[in-house]
Amino acid sequence: MELDPLLLSRLQFAFVVSFHALFPVFTIGLASFIAFLEFRAWQTGDALYTRISKFWIKIFAVVFGMGVVSGIVMSFQFGTNWSVFSYATANFLGPVLSYEVITAFFLEAAFLGVLLFGRDRVPQGVHVFAALMVALGTFISSFWILVANSWMQTPAGLELVDGVFQVTSWAEAIFNPSFWPRFFHMGLASLLTAGFVVAGVSAYYLLRNKHVEMNRKALGTTMWILLFAAPAQLVVGDIHGLNTFEHQPTKVAAMEGVWETERGAPFLLFAIPDSANETNHLEIGLPNMASLVLTHELDGEVPGLNEVPAEERPPVGITFWSFRIMLAIGFVMIAFALWSAWLRFRGDLFGSERFLKGLTWMIPTPFVAVLAGWFVTETGRAPWLVYEIMDHATGLTPSLTGGMALFSLLGYIAVYAVVFTAGVYYIVRIVRKGPEPDHPVQEPQHAKRPLSAADTPFNDNPAADARS
Amino acid sequence: MVDITLVWVVIIAVGLVGYVLMDGFDLGVGILFPFAPGEQSRDIMMNTVAPVWDGNETWLILGGAGLLAAFPLVYSVFLPALYIGVFLMLAGLIFRGVAFEFRFKASSAKSRRGWNASFAIGSMVAAFAQGAVVGAYIQGFQMDGLNYAGTALDWLTPFTVLTGLGLMAGYALLGATWMILKTEGETQAFAYRVTPWLLGAVLVVFGLVSAITPFIDAKVMERWMGTFEILWVLPALALLAAWQILRSVRRRHEGLPFVSTIALFIFTFLGLIVSKWPYVVPPDYTFWDAASSPDAQLFILIGALFIIPIILGYTAWTYWVFRGKVTADAGYH
Ligand code: HDD
Ligand code: HEM
Ligand code: HEM
Repeated sequence: MELDPLLLSRLQFAFVVSFHALFPVFTIGLASFIAFLEFRAWQTGDALYTRISKFWIKIFAVVFGMGVVSGIVMSFQFGTNWSVFSYATANFLGPVLSYEVITAFFLEAAFLGVLLFGRDRVPQGVHVFAALMVALGTFISSFWILVANSWMQTPAGLELVDGVFQVTSWAEAIFNPSFWPRFFHMGLASLLTAGFVVAGVSAYYLLRNKHVEMNRKALGTTMWILLFAAPAQLVVGDIHGLNTFEHQPTKVAAMEGVWETERGAPFLLFAIPDSANETNHLEIGLPNMASLVLTHELDGEVPGLNEVPAEERPPVGITFWSFRIMLAIGFVMIAFALWSAWLRFRGDLFGSERFLKGLTWMIPTPFVAVLAGWFVTETGRAPWLVYEIMDHATGLTPSLTGGMALFSLLGYIAVYAVVFTAGVYYIVRIVRKGPEPDHPVQEPQHAKRPLSAADTPFNDNPAADARS
Repeated sequence: MVDITLVWVVIIAVGLVGYVLMDGFDLGVGILFPFAPGEQSRDIMMNTVAPVWDGNETWLILGGAGLLAAFPLVYSVFLPALYIGVFLMLAGLIFRGVAFEFRFKASSAKSRRGWNASFAIGSMVAAFAQGAVVGAYIQGFQMDGLNYAGTALDWLTPFTVLTGLGLMAGYALLGATWMILKTEGETQAFAYRVTPWLLGAVLVVFGLVSAITPFIDAKVMERWMGTFEILWVLPALALLAAWQILRSVRRRHEGLPFVSTIALFIFTFLGLIVSKWPYVVPPDYTFWDAASSPDAQLFILIGALFIIPIILGYTAWTYWVFRGKVTADAGYH
């Protein structure tokens, strides 16, 4: 069998970028959270904030490290596997990625050192500043990288001359049509990711009555953020979808599983798309809802996949189902946010064991939603690398053989398997071990006690361990 | 009129040297890791670079992105041509990068040893692969129009193995002299001990490479044997720097060995550039052939001129924050 370098390169790109994407969404949100905590600690002098921050900084360091090393891989992927694409788009993507490096990566990297190791070496105000700079850096980074990606989705401001894109308007290219919805959608996704992880871990401690005061504070703060972010994501997501409907109707047709252009299209809750026969099996749908959402009219027209030739259609099944997974998780998140508001209103945010348990189960969901979202965006764009201008096959490195691509793909899978397993293992260990005990001088009897979950039995009485 | 492409040659060259020097010393610390006099020494060695390695490696990313922005042909030829080598380098950088966090979190001696190895082998592989890139550049590439047309392992020849080993020795030398500066006691004694040996290795490889290169590339021969005798000042200065390293180590200076090693690297690098000038994708393409559109070069140049000085400022500030000797009790977090 011939190994297909194109398919293998696509698999490799999807694999390494998905792996990378897991870390930024978490670090972007967490960096802001840590900056907030450090700032509050500085302002109020409340050591509890510092304690929460110190604990999350430990986790942040591990995740950030993995984000950095997997990101370095990304910046060389374009050249190794997509050299024709790189050469053609260099006049735009080159400056954009360079701006990302000089405005974001250096900022993050330099101040990260101070954030992690400098607490005792610089005045507190400077340490707070370092935390702010790291958080700022992560957002600037997402700005530029999303400029790059959005431009590939909805290219503007450039023209193709003899196989090379020449910039005609920097402003149009940078603020291309799908940029702002994507930027805000991704920003909220980051807040949701960090928020649900912090909430879940805090709930985990509260369920075990450990470090109660600290985790109540963390959970209480986080649920406010989530109460805002989860519904906001629905609104921004809707705007994002409308934007896609305008600029990439074929992608929306795949997301909604619409084959024939139709009026009054239903929103399908379940279906098994069948590309060969251009139809769906086992459809269950809400009548007219897709038309309503997309056109704001009950019998608005939704263009179907058959508007374009079969070879220009994206893989429908992946796009369709990834979209539903993301939506479902989005709605569950909203439910949790509202639940927290209800509990808070009743003055019992920390008392419902079911709520806390639920939060611990939510920890992985933002990551799933983020990957699902990217799968919608990226597979829905297929077969185009630069939408309707350059396809995957054209962009591929000509000298790349199937063997080389297979070698590197297997290599990355092996390397990442080791790194990821170790990373998750150490993060779980940090969580198990818990935050460092505060004020060891005042409470010497607790200072040395190993605070592992295993040796502390579940305790029904919150007061009993409120001191830790 | 200013030639923007020329400005970019200078920026990329400075960025490259910046990368080689800065990531060089922390990769070098990794290369020397297995030979350290003990586990406590290793803690110290790692702590000397832990706060700054990420910033150092960012210069590599700037190199990649900067090439894409200013000389896309270099980016789109070197990376496919060195496909396997690039993969090895990245894998090496991954293993050494995560080792910083994981090693200090490992509880058992066994997993700690595992991360020690990960740090050391990752650093060695990355250094070797980067050295091989230099060799591959000197060799030149087989092209079809603007695309690389060679095969997967064209880059791997005895010559590139030599340059790979050479850069490993060079980085180790930078690492050792960095350790002289940043440590004391037995760690520093170890660094003093290995420095002359590493210097010897570096000089042997540089000598061999200089002797072989003119035979690989006739243009290089012409350049050095031609009328620009002034060029010989570069190798002379490099040798002077080497002698200075040896002398300052013997006199137990602490800062001078590191500074002299930097000088050695800079003169060697300049020697390489003048050898190949103006070709950047040898044998046929010059910097001007490889350049992106003037518009793109200008767009990023404006930002770079403003922002890079700021970066240098706060980078220098972080080195200042973490100045002085690193001792055993300077805990990780
Ligand atoms: C919306 C966010 C986002 C997305 C879509 C991407 N990244 Fe990323 N990246 C970040 C957000 C981020 C970050 C938050 O800035 C990271 C995460 C952890 C970190 O260290 O910085 C980062 C790290 C990071 C690094 C290491 C930087 C350093 O040394 O500090 C590189 C080279 C890249 N990324 C490159 C890429 C490329 C080429 C991508 C496109 C395919 C990409 N990233 C997608
Ligand atoms: C970080 C989150 C991202 C994720 C999870 C992601 C995911 C994916 C996936 C799953 C594919 C495969 C689609 C297919 O081939 O069917 C893909 C393709 C691609 N993406 Fe993204 N992407 C992300 C961000 C980006 C960004 C920011 C860029 C560019 C700046 C980008 C550029 C590309 C390119 C060039 C391809 C084509 C290669 C391929 O088809 O595999 N991606 N991505
Ligand atoms: C709740 C309702 C939500 C709606 C209506 C929604 C809508 C959308 C749409 C339409 C896209 C595709 C845009 C395109 O391809 O052009 C998308 C992509 C994406 N979604 Fe969502 N989304 C929702 C929730 C979420 C949640 C909860 C997360 C993560 C926590 C998330 C993360 C993402 C990501 C990372 C992408 C890919 C990047 C992008 O194109 O913005 N979404 N979303």
